[in-house]
Amino acid sequence: MAKVRGEKGANIKELLPKKYQDLKGKELEKALERYEKMRYDYGEAIGVVAAQSISEPATQITLRAYHAAGRVQLVTTQGLPRLIEIFDARREPKTPSMKIYLDERYATDEEKAKEIASKIKETKLKDLLLEERLDLGEMVIELVIDKDKISLLNLTMEQISNAITKTTHNVEIKIEDNILFVRPTSKSIDIKDLQTLRVRLREKHVKGIKGITQILLENVNGEWVISTLGSNLRKVLEINGVDKRRTYTNNIHEVASVLGIEAARNLIVKEALETMRSQGVDTDVRHLMLVADMMCFSGEVKAIGRYGVAGSKSSVLARANFEETIKHLTRAAYRGEEDKLTSIVENVIIGNVVPVGTGTVKVKYKG
Amino acid sequence: MSAKGKINSIEFGLMSPEMIRKLSVMTITTSDVYDVDGYPVEGGIMDPRLGVIDPGMVCRTCGNTYESCPGHFGLIVLAKPVVNVYYVKEIRDFLTYTCYECGSLLVSKDKVKYALEENVKIDMPKKCPNCSTMIEEIKFERPYTFYRGEHALTPEEIRQHLENISDEDAKVFGMENARPEWLVLTMLLVPPVSTRPSITLETGEKSEDDLTHKLVDIIRINKRLQDNLEIGAPENLIEDLWELLQYHVATYLNNELSGIPQARHRSGRALKTLAQRLKSKEGRFRYNLSGKRVNFSARTVVSPDPRIHPNEVGVPYEVAKELTIPIKVTEYNIEELRKLVRNGPDNYPGANYVITPRGIKKKILDSNKEIIAENLQVGDVVERHLMDGDVVLFNRQPSLHRMSVMAHKVRVLPAKTFRLNLVVTPPYNADFDGDEMNLHVPQTAEARAEAEQLMLVQENFRSPRFGGPILGAQQDYVSGAYLLSKEEKISKKDVVFMLSKIGKFDIDLDKEYYSGKEILSFIIPKGINIEFKSSTGEKVVIKDGVLIEGVLDEKAISAFKGKLIDVIDRVLGHKVAVDFLYDLTRLVLAYLNLRGFSMGTDDLEIPEEAEKKIQEVIDKYLTRAEKHIKAYKEGRITPTPGKNIEETLEDLIMQEMWNITNEVQEIIKKYAKDSEALVMAITGARGNIQNLAYMSGLVGQETIRGKRPSRGYRGRTLSHFKKGDLSPYARGFVRESFKKGLNPVSFFFEAMKGREGIMDSSLKTRVSGYLERRLVNALQDLKVDKDLSVRDDSGNIIQFVAGEDGIDPSKSDWGELIKGE
Repeated sequence: MAKVRGEKGANIKELLPKKYQDLKGKELEKALERYEKMRYDYGEAIGVVAAQSISEPATQITLRAYHAAGRVQLVTTQGLPRLIEIFDARREPKTPSMKIYLDERYATDEEKAKEIASKIKETKLKDLLLEERLDLGEMVIELVIDKDKISLLNLTMEQISNAITKTTHNVEIKIEDNILFVRPTSKSIDIKDLQTLRVRLREKHVKGIKGITQILLENVNGEWVISTLGSNLRKVLEINGVDKRRTYTNNIHEVASVLGIEAARNLIVKEALETMRSQGVDTDVRHLMLVADMMCFSGEVKAIGRYGVAGSKSSVLARANFEETIKHLTRAAYRGEEDKLTSIVENVIIGNVVPVGTGTVKVKYKG
Repeated sequence: MSAKGKINSIEFGLMSPEMIRKLSVMTITTSDVYDVDGYPVEGGIMDPRLGVIDPGMVCRTCGNTYESCPGHFGLIVLAKPVVNVYYVKEIRDFLTYTCYECGSLLVSKDKVKYALEENVKIDMPKKCPNCSTMIEEIKFERPYTFYRGEHALTPEEIRQHLENISDEDAKVFGMENARPEWLVLTMLLVPPVSTRPSITLETGEKSEDDLTHKLVDIIRINKRLQDNLEIGAPENLIEDLWELLQYHVATYLNNELSGIPQARHRSGRALKTLAQRLKSKEGRFRYNLSGKRVNFSARTVVSPDPRIHPNEVGVPYEVAKELTIPIKVTEYNIEELRKLVRNGPDNYPGANYVITPRGIKKKILDSNKEIIAENLQVGDVVERHLMDGDVVLFNRQPSLHRMSVMAHKVRVLPAKTFRLNLVVTPPYNADFDGDEMNLHVPQTAEARAEAEQLMLVQENFRSPRFGGPILGAQQDYVSGAYLLSKEEKISKKDVVFMLSKIGKFDIDLDKEYYSGKEILSFIIPKGINIEFKSSTGEKVVIKDGVLIEGVLDEKAISAFKGKLIDVIDRVLGHKVAVDFLYDLTRLVLAYLNLRGFSMGTDDLEIPEEAEKKIQEVIDKYLTRAEKHIKAYKEGRITPTPGKNIEETLEDLIMQEMWNITNEVQEIIKKYAKDSEALVMAITGARGNIQNLAYMSGLVGQETIRGKRPSRGYRGRTLSHFKKGDLSPYARGFVRESFKKGLNPVSFFFEAMKGREGIMDSSLKTRVSGYLERRLVNALQDLKVDKDLSVRDDSGNIIQFVAGEDGIDPSKSDWGELIKGE
């Protein structure tokens, strides 16, 4: 009978990590011998070990994101807060950020890179204003536009006006030189309405990609890379000249929806590993891979905690033991649930041997 | 326990009124608890039929004594039904989506399911599609009031409505094996007395459990409601009492409902009712069910003992005499055990108990030890004292990783602390400033075998976190090993002394003088070949266990970083590596005892020239900082992208302050005296060059939250400065060194920084503690299956091959099959 691959003496060559696959003769033998010794034992409580391997050094990680002074850089969340953010699977990270790589045509040319960068950065109307006035007699808002800025951004007054009318109803816009006269068309307008309109106008999206608030062009190893604050992967990938394969965001949910769950899983591993490494903490990737797999194996990104992985366990007592005891117990009664006592917690509760490690096997005496 | 008591699964469900009736042994009819003589009243809440809690009494229901009577439930029949507050949301859903006349669903099954799952409102029909009754919107008001249109529903009406719903329709709402009307209570199960024991105070006064108090409230109101119903009291009076009954039952179930006041004890303390008993950290689940108390354990202060093996733990006689191991008497060991029994419980090594095959446990006393020894028979079990070589588990909290519990072999020693070798200090993160540790004695042969094979200190040589060594030398051992490897001439006499300390007597010493490297080579195992760079930057060469070139320091022998111990472990195994550390540390200790090692303030002295250079550096960058401030005041600073002018200025000044720190550090590196303090810094034994620079150079810029201190008074940090003063000295720049002494202002800034550090670390332990709890809870059921896949407890595959390549980091070489080439 063929041996199961966890057993001693099973054919394990196929499992050998890629870089050792090409070894031949004695070297291969040696590698296989080592490999056989290094493999996981049956029943190993791999989950607890992974959890501890992440949280034990977490006590050494800084709580606040300090950044090296003087260097020009975008400040992103670091350290423990970022790690927690990743495992919480927040919809939106505190500081979403992208690294946009360009393809060969643009990467080495600073001018072309700048051109793309200006396409990406979101410009709001308030960024272009020199002055804004309320003409209360005429009930008109006068917006004075900075001409230098719009020429720098290759914008025309018409484009700005169109950007406003596209998303704002019931307004008329007249253009005079560098001033926009915005007049609400509805009949009954009082000063208060005019004020709220003015505030709304300030936030109007004029150009670029929504959400990208800051950009920084950097030369990394001879190629121009755009770092951003704010993230919008779907829109950025649509831009011509962006290297779609390397372009990167730290927003896990965005990656899950644009590139799929596998990509999101890889991003969790990468982000968590980098967060820990940047704090000088050495943790094996395998632990982070397990956490990421646990978060993603259901097909959607689930948080570590009450509303995610821990809250969707099959065991009633395990859930009740973690958080929201009453909710889980009453709900289990209502649904007539049955706890099969397969997980750790229940076995601890009823005083059984825990079904991991040496608890998975029983010694039987054979005649 | 016998096998017949094995639990296979636990079913959860709601109780039907019939079931409640069947389960209860009596109906509680009176709110009186005790009569004048202090005896429980028949039909009261402490009725003896509910179980016995006093020794010597016999249960009137089951005939058992207080030890074996499990307790029995009572019954309260409610005069009017009340809503079960645990299920108000479910009741609301039933009322909203079914017709109150005919009980049929108002919209399709799928729509109901959708609305419940997504928690959204869906359009409701105006009329019941089945019986054309007009449907009014159901409104729910926390915590337990329902309205149909404007009409407040009584629990009776709700119950009637729920009774109309068919079993099939109930399933749509997720209900299984239950009836919707059971969510409105008509009777209450009274928990047995043993779950709510009363306490007799010293004064003879009886103090009742919170649950008893609450139940008395319920009974009292129930009775009043019953009486008023019988005499046909006015409706509003009945309604008030009904509402009160509802309140009491609600708080009996959960006393932390929002929207109603908590039920309180006479003293004003909120009552701990059913929900509170189970909930949260101090509740039944986490405190009693998941966290169990154990016997055969000990706890005391730990102290260091470099002369016991890392695999051992020193146990005081006092502890060894209290903790026991059960040994079965056989014809081979009967004489030995008889001797132990004869020694009795007070003379070490002795025994405390003998258990006969019939299960009778006899305590060995001075008075009966001879008789018990005489009568000792094959098949008895003797609980003998802990002895040298027994395997025990040793633990230090916080148990952050699995190496926080390791197995040690016992060495019974005088004095009252647990002793451990300093080499095992890193995995426990222990020091000896008063740390206490716990010790557990496994009671079965299986447990001892597992502990010894899997948990022994040497088996934990490599951390599963990163696959590197987690045992190793620290502090004095590191600096000592460095100094020893630099020593050129050690007399034969001293060599003999040192080697005698590690019990190495089999070496022929044929030279008058030996170098430190030669002595170290005596204990480095043969077959070790390695080349690496030391912490001091020197090249280290070891060939076949001989230290040819270089020094041993942090990079060679310390936990986490030691390359030498790493290689020994990989090539020759855990046992050799730990033995090497044991030998090395004792050898180094012997050497340090001969040489002496200490530091003083004169280690920190630096030459005039260095002082002058430091002053120059400070002057240079302070002027530059002043320039930035001047430029800022004149508005000549251009902001960096994403920052305003003030932030940009801060960045610029901070940069200059960093420059001072860095350059002074370089100066100190260059001019520091060749002293013990420097040895400690460069070998990685303790401290670093920066610490030296703080002591003999300057402290430099203090930072609060990564920025210069700015808060305090309005516009300034201290009242000694002018408002708006941005200069370095006004914002936490400390020019003095620790040796010179800080001036009061500097001292204050230093205190600010120190305080920040303390607050940060206390907050951090809390945050990361919760992260740990969540991570462990999410991952604890994962284990490696026979085919190397990772599965959870329901058999879902999480990874097809554990860690993608099946390599266990704790057995690997820093996570790799072969490190480097």
